[in-house]
Amino acid sequence: MKFLEQACPADVTADLVYRVCPMHLLEPAELLKDLKPGQVLEILTDYDGALEDIPAWCAKHGQEFMGLCEDDCDHCYRLYIRKVA
Amino acid sequence: MSIAYFDHAAATPVRPEVLEEMLPYFRERFGNPSAVYDLGSGIKEVLEEQRAKVARLLGARPQEIIFTSSGAEANNLAVKGAALAHLKKGRHVIVSGIEHHSVLNAARYLEKFHDFEATFLPVDRFGQVDPERLRQALTPATVLVSIQVASNEIGTIQNIPALAAVCREAGVLFHTDAVAAAGQIPLNVEELGVDLLTLSGPALGGPKGVGALYFRKRLRLVPQIHGGIQEDGRRGGTENVPGIVGLGKAAELAATELADKGPYLASLRDRLVEGVLKAVPEVIYTGHPKRRLPGHASFCFEGVEGEALVFLLSRQGVYANTGSACASKALKVSPVLCAIGLSPAVAQGSLVFTLERSNTAADLEAVFTHLPPAVARLRSFSPVWHKKMAAGGAGP
Repeated sequence: MKFLEQACPADVTADLVYRVCPMHLLEPAELLKDLKPGQVLEILTDYDGALEDIPAWCAKHGQEFMGLCEDDCDHCYRLYIRKVA
Repeated sequence: MSIAYFDHAAATPVRPEVLEEMLPYFRERFGNPSAVYDLGSGIKEVLEEQRAKVARLLGARPQEIIFTSSGAEANNLAVKGAALAHLKKGRHVIVSGIEHHSVLNAARYLEKFHDFEATFLPVDRFGQVDPERLRQALTPATVLVSIQVASNEIGTIQNIPALAAVCREAGVLFHTDAVAAAGQIPLNVEELGVDLLTLSGPALGGPKGVGALYFRKRLRLVPQIHGGIQEDGRRGGTENVPGIVGLGKAAELAATELADKGPYLASLRDRLVEGVLKAVPEVIYTGHPKRRLPGHASFCFEGVEGEALVFLLSRQGVYANTGSACASKALKVSPVLCAIGLSPAVAQGSLVFTLERSNTAADLEAVFTHLPPAVARLRSFSPVWHKKMAAGGAGP
C-alpha cells in the first residue's frame, strides 16, 4: 500500500463518500476516460474495500496508482490515480 | 350525479398523455435498466431522458436529480440523508412547524435515534416563516433547514429566496418540499437558492409511487434505502421505470403549461373564495390571502366537523378534504391550523379545495349549491354553534 503524507493536486475529483460499492470503481473508470495522459484523478471514499480494489483495478487496467492518504477532517480516504493512456 | 372534484392535492387522475407514455414500459419495454444487454441499456437511456425533463422543470442539471418512490421518501432522503452526511458540523436541524409529516417525523427521527436537536419554527397567522426568526434560530451546530415552498393545507407560499439566503450566509444546507407547489408556480432551484428540493409524481398529474429529489451537485447524502448502485449509489432498489417515465412526461407538460395554468386556477379559485365567503356566514379563509397557491382555497367553518362536512358534500358529488390527505383520518385537529393560531373549535371545521385544470365554473356552482345547506345542517346539530348564537354571534 502506498501512503502519501498529504493530499495531492488533482485535475478531477470523484466524491464517492456514502455511495455504495462498486461506485468506487465505476465512476473513476468513467471519469478517467475524459482525462489526458498525465492528468490526476482524486477519489474520495469512506469505503475500506476501496483501499485494495482501486490499486488492483489500476494494475489490471494499466493506470498508475499514486497512493492514498487519510483525511481525518473529512472522515474519508483520498486515493490518487495518474492516467497513463 | 355529476362530480365536482376538488381534492387534487390528495389524488388526481393520471393525464392520458402521461399514461400513454408509460404503457410500453409495463409490457414490451420491461427491461431492467441495470442489465448489460440491450433490453436493459436502452431503458437506462430512457431513465436519463426523464432525469433531464425533471431537471429542466427546475432549472437544474440532470445529474442533480434522484428518483424516489414518493415525495415522502424524497423528504426523508433530504432531511435524514443530508443531516447524517454532515455530522461533523453538528447535530441541529430546523424545520417549520407546518411541514408535511414526512419532514416533521424525519426531524423527530434524528432527535430520537441520532442525538440531534430539532427546532420547530413557529409561523405567523398566515402560515409564513419570518426569515429573521430563522436567522435567530440558527446555531453553529445547525446542519440543515427544511421549509416547504407552499403548504398543502393552507396554500401559503413561503419567501423561499429570503429564507434560503439566510441559510446560505450561515453555511447551512436548505431543503424545500415543493410537492404542493410543483406545477402551480415556477420553481427554479437557482432563483430559489435551495440545496435540496422535493417533487412528487401525482402532484404534477403523473402516477403515484414516484417522486424525485433535487440535490445540489457535490452535496453528500447518506442513502436511506440501502441496496445496489441504482441512482449512482445514492438510492437502492430497481427503478420504477413506468412511474419515472410518467413523472418525466408530467414534468415536461408542467413546464410548458405553467404560464397558462396558474392564471386559470387563480381566477377559478378567486371566484370560489368570493362565492363561499358570500354564501356562508362565520367562515375563516385560512392561509395568506395573496401569497398563496393559485389552485388552493382553504376555509374553517366554526361549529362544524370538517369530516362530517366532507361526507355530506361527497354525497352531493362535491369532493374536498379536511386538510392533508395523510392526516385526514387521524381525527385530530390539524397542527398546521393550530400553528396559525386557530382554536381547536374552529380548526376542526376545516375544508380544503385543491383545484386543477379540469375544474370548471360548473364545479363552482355545485359548491355554491351544496355547501351552504350542508354547513347550516351541521351547525343546527352543534352545541358549540348554538352556544355562540346564544351569546350573540352572527345568525346562520
